[in-house]
Amino acid sequence: MLSAASILASKRFTPRHAAPYAALFSSAAQEILPLEGEKVLVANRGEIACRVFRTAKSMGMSTVSIHSDVDTMAQHVKHSDEAICVGPAASIKSYLVIENVIDAIKQTGAKYVHPGYGFLSENSVFCEAVQDMGVRFVGPPSRAIQAMGDKIESKQIAIDAGINTIPGFQGVIKDAEECVEISKEVGYPVMIKASAGGGGKGMRIAWNDEEAREGFRLSTDEAKASFDDDRIFVEKFIERPHHIEIQLLADGPVHDNVVCFPERECSIQRRNQKVIEEAPSVLLTEETRQAMASQAAQLARAVGYSSAGTVEFLCDEKQNFYFLEMNTRLQVEHPVTEMITNVDLVQHMLEVAAGHPLPADLVKACADNGGVVPFKGWAIESRIYAEDPFRGFLPSTGPLLSYEEPTTEGVDMEGVTVRCDSGVVEGSDISMFYDPMISKLVTYADTRIKAIDGMAAALNQYVIKGVGHNTPFCASVCRNQHFRDGDTPTSFIDTHYPEGFHGVELKEEETVALAVSVAAIARAKSEILETPPLPLSSSELFQTDSGEPVVVDNVIVTLGGHRGQSYAVALEDAGTRAQVRKLATGSMEYEGDVHTLDLGPMDYSPVSSLATTTVDGEQKVIQIFGEDAQGVLSVQMEGSVVDCVVRSPDQFALSTYMKEPPVIDTSLMLLSPMPGKLISYAVQVGDSVELGQELCVVEAMKMQNVQRSERRGVIKSINCEVGDSLKVDEVLIEFEEDE
Amino acid sequence: MADEPKSASAWKREFRDRLSEARSASLLGGGEKRIESQHAKGKLTARERINLLFDEGTFREYDTLKGHRCNEFGMENSQHPGDGVITGHGLINSRPVYAFSQDFTVFGGSLSETNAEKIMKVMDKAMKMGCPVIGLNDSGGARIQEGVDSLAGYADVFQQNVMASGVIPQISVVMGPCAGGAVYSPAMTDFIFMVENSSYMFVTGPEVVKTVTNETVTQEELGGAKTHTETSGVAHRSFQNDVSCLTAVRKMFDYLPLSNDKETLPWKETTDDPDRLCPALVHLVPDDPNVPYDMTAVVKQIVDNGDLFEIMPEFAKNIVTGFARMEGRTVGVVANNPSTLAGCLDIDASVKAARFVRFCDAFNIPILTFVDVPGFLPGTDQEYGGIIRHGAKLLFAYAEATVPKVTVITRKAYGGAYDVMSSKHLRGDCNYSWPGGEIAVMGAKGAVEIIFRGKDVEKETENYTERFANPMVAAQRGFIDDIIDPEETRKIICDDLRMLESKKLENPPRKHSNIPL
Repeated sequence: MLSAASILASKRFTPRHAAPYAALFSSAAQEILPLEGEKVLVANRGEIACRVFRTAKSMGMSTVSIHSDVDTMAQHVKHSDEAICVGPAASIKSYLVIENVIDAIKQTGAKYVHPGYGFLSENSVFCEAVQDMGVRFVGPPSRAIQAMGDKIESKQIAIDAGINTIPGFQGVIKDAEECVEISKEVGYPVMIKASAGGGGKGMRIAWNDEEAREGFRLSTDEAKASFDDDRIFVEKFIERPHHIEIQLLADGPVHDNVVCFPERECSIQRRNQKVIEEAPSVLLTEETRQAMASQAAQLARAVGYSSAGTVEFLCDEKQNFYFLEMNTRLQVEHPVTEMITNVDLVQHMLEVAAGHPLPADLVKACADNGGVVPFKGWAIESRIYAEDPFRGFLPSTGPLLSYEEPTTEGVDMEGVTVRCDSGVVEGSDISMFYDPMISKLVTYADTRIKAIDGMAAALNQYVIKGVGHNTPFCASVCRNQHFRDGDTPTSFIDTHYPEGFHGVELKEEETVALAVSVAAIARAKSEILETPPLPLSSSELFQTDSGEPVVVDNVIVTLGGHRGQSYAVALEDAGTRAQVRKLATGSMEYEGDVHTLDLGPMDYSPVSSLATTTVDGEQKVIQIFGEDAQGVLSVQMEGSVVDCVVRSPDQFALSTYMKEPPVIDTSLMLLSPMPGKLISYAVQVGDSVELGQELCVVEAMKMQNVQRSERRGVIKSINCEVGDSLKVDEVLIEFEEDE
Repeated sequence: MADEPKSASAWKREFRDRLSEARSASLLGGGEKRIESQHAKGKLTARERINLLFDEGTFREYDTLKGHRCNEFGMENSQHPGDGVITGHGLINSRPVYAFSQDFTVFGGSLSETNAEKIMKVMDKAMKMGCPVIGLNDSGGARIQEGVDSLAGYADVFQQNVMASGVIPQISVVMGPCAGGAVYSPAMTDFIFMVENSSYMFVTGPEVVKTVTNETVTQEELGGAKTHTETSGVAHRSFQNDVSCLTAVRKMFDYLPLSNDKETLPWKETTDDPDRLCPALVHLVPDDPNVPYDMTAVVKQIVDNGDLFEIMPEFAKNIVTGFARMEGRTVGVVANNPSTLAGCLDIDASVKAARFVRFCDAFNIPILTFVDVPGFLPGTDQEYGGIIRHGAKLLFAYAEATVPKVTVITRKAYGGAYDVMSSKHLRGDCNYSWPGGEIAVMGAKGAVEIIFRGKDVEKETENYTERFANPMVAAQRGFIDDIIDPEETRKIICDDLRMLESKKLENPPRKHSNIPL
């Protein structure tokens, strides 16, 4: 078997000591154009378009948005001075159609085009087309995009520039069998990647031949669907790495300034999709930081880079780092860098595009600080996705029925700043056509722990109804001790959530506080609505030592559905004190002692989704999702979603006679896990299938989700046709009953 | 001593003992053993149900001592004071209501002549006092030993149900068997709630079905809560168990007036600002008339606290009916729901909404109608099933209703269905359309194909779309009062309802109208 090094040596990719790549670029100085009063068109949608508009407006520019048919009323359109429709909903027919975007530029006479991220942001053809019109592309030169956009080429350039790279096979792979051969040669585990990939799409890790074969197929399909480019390559997979990246700003070969920013740590990833990012990283020593920045700057110079870019590295725990790729665009997670350096990256992108050099003071500050822009404090970002963490993070679509973003004032923690970059408002539709990211929630504080606590508080106050979303998961990460300690290799999620995410588990004292809070909310609601929802009861709870009953409003709060853990709660002294006692499951027997808790001020209105209670001096933020027909009240505290039932002692006692509703057996069916489109079936009626065998593929949000059999059995019927639009829980396949 | 006659005091004392014995017996119903077996079935006893239904300590019982008069088949030796039904009145959230609760532990809850008399007594009082009646049904059927006396009892109750209809709200809660003729009492009340897996209603049971039609069917399949709330439309809501069912009855009761006296309409303090804007409404309805959305989400944005108490949520889902509040006042909501069958009107939807509209009209509850309707459902099923006469019911109900009627067209209002859905032409008080409304005889493409017989379809479709796929013409004619910003819908409706409180409109005097039943 060949070693990785010998593969490298055997292929055409060997270090070249030719003229620097940058020399290939023209070094004619660009004319300086005005910015103020000029138009900038953002060839993007959602939060990033809104983000760019914000800075552009502050610089006195007028703004142009493009949009698809379904985005006519979207926020990014509202936030722009002019809007042009570029086609129907599917991005491949609108946001990705170069001619249509070019037409929009012509029509509006925009002088600048900011591509945002995704869509056409790293499309050199688009970049060239823009520049050919004499319009400034707010990004790097097209050749830099081309060079860095192709993973194989970029790696060669990095090797040439003397930058650490990962061993691997750099050729384009033709088919699954070749992929298996090469993977064997590089040695498992290997990473199979789309050449044109990014954002985790078209990436798969394979530990054996079978996974390599399947990984090739899925990556190819995804790459084809997402980038219209299905070239795939393979490299060695590095274990326990951190994903660390260097943001930089450059002003091109003429001015030849490159400033590097403190690193971003983006290791909390799920299926290679970043979820939580922070800056700086706990892992890096000052030495490594400077070394990494210096290599990043070297690479930028090597390709004659200008504008904002990011060089991604994998860094192991011994501070070894390897070049991964360079993103030639503004990245999703750029706010964390902005928060700790107080630099507006979009502003500099626009200025560089206008032909200005980077400001001398920024260049000097960077140089004086060992090649890294000076920074202060810590920033954390949670990407809030419309995906249901309780259903395996599957995409969730629909309108935002309720939507309230957290604010610095609302969180009200000393020294904590909250920033929420979003492109949605209440009512906005999270459509299956686009990326499921709702927003980026960023908290900043002077220490990491404060920033994390601020994030937890902000997540608590984030109201999103109508679609499933991952705030409970982000809250759970914030509570995780390993995360708080900074022990976050890229395997973090797989390690700590091996069986997926099943909700935050509250500590006993939190559970008690929740029970008390729910009782207080129920009481407040009944007072406001003038309906004692609970008939008062004379049950003999909470007797004093002498056996005399204390006059109280007793309620039994059951957490975890009708048959969950129950607490008897008595609210006394006009609701300023609560007595709580745990009950044995399904009975009126007490378990444990009476806790007496102080109740402080509370904030509740039936109109609002957020309620605040103060239990023993500690503020609790409770989100109220609503009550179902069976009287189950769904609430969320600290990222834990809990079904509560509030009953009078009589109701509770009589409930013990009630039978559990029969469970409908769905084990003989395969249900659609999400709304989406049925792409293919891998089986036919009458086939016998094995556990884990592929049954069909459901596509949602451009992700191809393979549905596997959770049982052994024979296919009885196939209920939907390829191409059908699917709803959640639609029956796709039924199995024969076992004999 | 032995021959000495008893003293008056002794007689009295003895009677007091007997009385207290009878009262205890009445409280115990059919005895411990039967209570246990009732609990084992996951059911509560008649008395436990009464306790959960009313505000604590407010229930006053009548006729606890009443017994049956049957002297045949050994019945003379079997007396249970109260005779298997608990009757009386009490308070639900401080408002008065009458109720009866059949006791399955006494003769299987069977209906006797005296049993019926007790029910009649509360119904009679309820009508005089102007208070609703709630019946908790759990009965094996007629008291067979009594023969025709029992049947007479049923008929008397039926007659009383009819007399009370439209005078006081009548609610039936089916919490056990309800079979044969017995089903017709609940059937004539305004609302039927059922408990899943422990209640059923049918005219003939599975055994008879098997004998006559050779069909094998379980009680649950034939007449369970699921069947009646999803398939037959007999019942209005179903619940997992007795406790959640009775809690929901209390909840619905809060929306209802005590009687057809307008003064008894409930009003609750609300913290929900009547001028609250609803920005989400700008986005909730997709522009494309072929893309579905959930109309209940629209309704919940508009009404107080987002609280909508749906009536028949599982039946004819293409139309939503339910109670809500605006500024604390009860309103009835009727809304086409495009998420099922594109929100079209079919037989089931028409009948469901017609009955709801008539309830609201009878009890002075203003009706809010949200329209997104592509028309009536085509097909032989529908035509053979009589969509003409069933659809006419909804048209009739809306046209006849004299309560305040506010209508908002959220998107499509096509054809005859536009007329039906509380249009201006049917004495709608306030009719609006959102800017995305399309008020036309049919969709543009269909219209053009008829008008131009397939010539220049594309171009003419554009023309037709420009002319009619918007609410402008209707606004110019005054068929809608205005084209409103969706965001302001709540504000405008609250304002209108305030004005409409003094609305006076009467239909011409007549014996009664002749709705196409």
